[in-house]
Amino acid sequence: MRVLPALSSALIALMLASLTIGAAQVDLRMVRQDPLAMLVLLESRLPRTLAVALTGAALSVAGVLIQALVRNRFVGPDTSGTAEGAALGLLAITIWAPASPLWLRMVVASLTAMAATALFLAVIRRLPAREVMLVPIAGIILSGVVGSVVTFIAWQHDLMQFVGTWLGSGEFSGAIAGRYELLWIAGIAALLAWLAADRFAILGLGDGVATGLGLSVDAVMRLGLVVVSVVTAMVVTTVGMLPFVGLVVPNLVARLMGDNLRQTLPVVALSGAVLVLACDLVARIVVAPYELPAGLILGVLGAGLFLWLLHRRPVHG
Amino acid sequence: MIEIRAVSHQIAGTPILHDITTRLPEGRLTALIGPNGAGKSTLLRLVGRLEPLQAGRISVAGHDIATTPTDRLAQVMAVLGQQTLIASRLRLAELVAFGRWPHHKGRPTAADRAHVAEAIRTFALGPLADRFMDELSGGQAQRAHIAMAFAQDTEWLLLDEPLNNLDMSHARALMARLRALVDQQGRGVAVVLHEVNYAAAWADHIIALKDGRILAEGAPDAVLTEDLLSRLYDAPISVGRHQGRPLVLHHA
Amino acid sequence: MIPAAPPRPSRPVWVLAGLCCLLAVISALWMWQGLGGGNRGFVLGLRANKLAALALVGVAVGVSTIMFQTIAANRVLTPSIMGFDALYVLLQTALVASLGIAGFAGLPAAAKFLSEIALMVLLASLLFGTLMLQGARDIPRMILTGVILGVLFRSLAGFMGRVMDPAQYAVVQAASFASFNRVNATLLPVAALVTVLAVLAAWRMSARLDVLALGRDAAVSLGLRHRAVVIAALSLVALLVSVSTAVVGPVAFFGLIVAGLAHGLTRSASHAVLLPAAGLIGATILIGGQWLFERQLGQAATLSVVVEFAGGLFFLYLLLKGRIR
Repeated sequence: MRVLPALSSALIALMLASLTIGAAQVDLRMVRQDPLAMLVLLESRLPRTLAVALTGAALSVAGVLIQALVRNRFVGPDTSGTAEGAALGLLAITIWAPASPLWLRMVVASLTAMAATALFLAVIRRLPAREVMLVPIAGIILSGVVGSVVTFIAWQHDLMQFVGTWLGSGEFSGAIAGRYELLWIAGIAALLAWLAADRFAILGLGDGVATGLGLSVDAVMRLGLVVVSVVTAMVVTTVGMLPFVGLVVPNLVARLMGDNLRQTLPVVALSGAVLVLACDLVARIVVAPYELPAGLILGVLGAGLFLWLLHRRPVHG
Repeated sequence: MIEIRAVSHQIAGTPILHDITTRLPEGRLTALIGPNGAGKSTLLRLVGRLEPLQAGRISVAGHDIATTPTDRLAQVMAVLGQQTLIASRLRLAELVAFGRWPHHKGRPTAADRAHVAEAIRTFALGPLADRFMDELSGGQAQRAHIAMAFAQDTEWLLLDEPLNNLDMSHARALMARLRALVDQQGRGVAVVLHEVNYAAAWADHIIALKDGRILAEGAPDAVLTEDLLSRLYDAPISVGRHQGRPLVLHHA
Repeated sequence: MIPAAPPRPSRPVWVLAGLCCLLAVISALWMWQGLGGGNRGFVLGLRANKLAALALVGVAVGVSTIMFQTIAANRVLTPSIMGFDALYVLLQTALVASLGIAGFAGLPAAAKFLSEIALMVLLASLLFGTLMLQGARDIPRMILTGVILGVLFRSLAGFMGRVMDPAQYAVVQAASFASFNRVNATLLPVAALVTVLAVLAAWRMSARLDVLALGRDAAVSLGLRHRAVVIAALSLVALLVSVSTAVVGPVAFFGLIVAGLAHGLTRSASHAVLLPAAGLIGATILIGGQWLFERQLGQAATLSVVVEFAGGLFFLYLLLKGRIR
């Protein structure tokens, strides 16, 4: 198992790079003597770096969970209606109770994300079981349908700008101290999933096996649903949905290491953090001193990886 | 006559056929038999130019399939693949009418309509002519597709496992009709058959394939022997006789 | 269609005639309803322009979707779901980015448009021709590939858009979002010409499309030059998608509704009937819908959203009914 140390060093290197790169010069060795650099570091660079790493890790873990829930490798939290569901909740509370506190908004967003994901699960249960590729298609279309409801309502209330930040390609430039801390909740939810890793691994084997091993399928499904929805809702609110992370990372890790989730979930989380950090760095460097949304880079990279996953020769005996 | 010379084929790097050279006699019913994965369907599909030829030559009634325009070939042979699910919602008579397309290219004449009517009559589909294809049973749909190939009115008829989804009586009726095509109209018929006894009962000529090679070919009595079939299927098989033709039994 | 024994032309003829009447009524309503006393000539001119644009897009979407579904042997697809319009948007962005705003955007709109669609036809028939000829064995995988290609194209276009300078970006931005409200009127004459030619060519192909609809094996057996017909049909689809995307922007699911209605109303498998029916239905829905939303509900911007919502639901319904194969 040399994967974990390698990924950890990559993560540390990328985080250090993320702390130093930007419009203002920050030299990590001199930062103690330079109050301005310290301010930039603590108020902007560190929060941003943490936000990126947390988002990548949590979304990747959420991807593993949703794939276990639907028993299909080609779905992610961005193609199961979850993100659009969260946006719908945020929109509703923005319209009807604009003064409500942050925690209430988060609860509502998580609940609607859950409802949309549950709808997706209900839809795919009615699809013919052998048609593996229909599941992601149904998810993408359902996301589109819920998304068009969001757009319609937002248009009526002149809130399109908000929808743009929630569902448009994720961007980390707004992640500064005081505006990213919700992502820790996403991180904690992902950690919770790791504690129940064995249950999700068994769930992936099928209802029959799970029941045979004395697992309550419904309870595990509910836990998975909660984690996926909470992670997605937090990401949507703070930085906006990132495409393909939750879809591609679990696939790549499963390809290399298999599906023993207790062992692979930390790898998935680290890989997700590394991937999103790398994309965010690229997004900051290409058009410096301006920057691109990291989600745009992920859209290109993730779509490419997904196509490769879809068309690679199946590994079979 | 269908001539196959030095045909090899592979799918995604896996060899399916190795250097096949054989002839299918005209005016005869030829059956292609062999275990699963022997390459019999692939060979038939290559002859019917449903798959592109990779190596070797094939000619049907003197027409090299690699050089003859495909619409000309459609007047020489009709080929029916296994996949007969169609996306468009057609009535049975409309489907059969498409068999005449190679001849009229969209402008049917009275003669074309007569051919279609004859095909529907021959396969006893008259009462179903106005039904939509998706309202028919598997066996009825199968017969409609064969009627379409029949209406094409070609010297050769190629069928890939036409007995799939047919029960014993329908399978028997279909083989009897194919037999009649050969005996009464002098057409050449090539069928891929999964069940050896249909070949034993109805075929004039049998080609036995195993692992992409021809293990034996010839008249049923020459090919369907205990020794050869046991080698073909890697299992002890005994052959009896019934009404003057071989009868293949697996409970040896 | 070639009726075998009993010729049965009546229903399609009646349906087509009815659709023509309906389109005429809706168009008249669009032109003259609520016409004030003031500057009649000016208002009529404006309305005529928009009517022409909506009709063009409706026809282009309807005809291209029917053809595309026949090529894919699948009733739940539209060119847009498979990433056709995303390819057009990407192409447009790439051309502006690489040839520069002065060189390329400086060209007359018609010349620019024609070179775009020429490139589009080439690329789309290459890319989607390969995808659809190779992918016929595993249709859901082919669809998923198309959908993801669409995402890839859109992301790439977005990426280029952000990297290029803002003046250039403004040139392409208009084409990236659907709006029936702001139609691109400068392109109308050339777009109309392209549409008419493409629709005529499609209609001339209808007998071959009928055969293509029987599936690859049957079509080959009947002597159809399968590959050539698929590529020709895809090229026409690419032309029509270019027109509709250039005039109003991408519309993913609208074609699905139109094609579904065309199949349901005519109950015919003959493309000589289906293609004109789909064109008429597309034009009627767009003109009628825009009239309803713009003049009656006063919400001009939302038609595209409503159409997409309804189309998406219809897609899921078809999926659940197992009609995807």
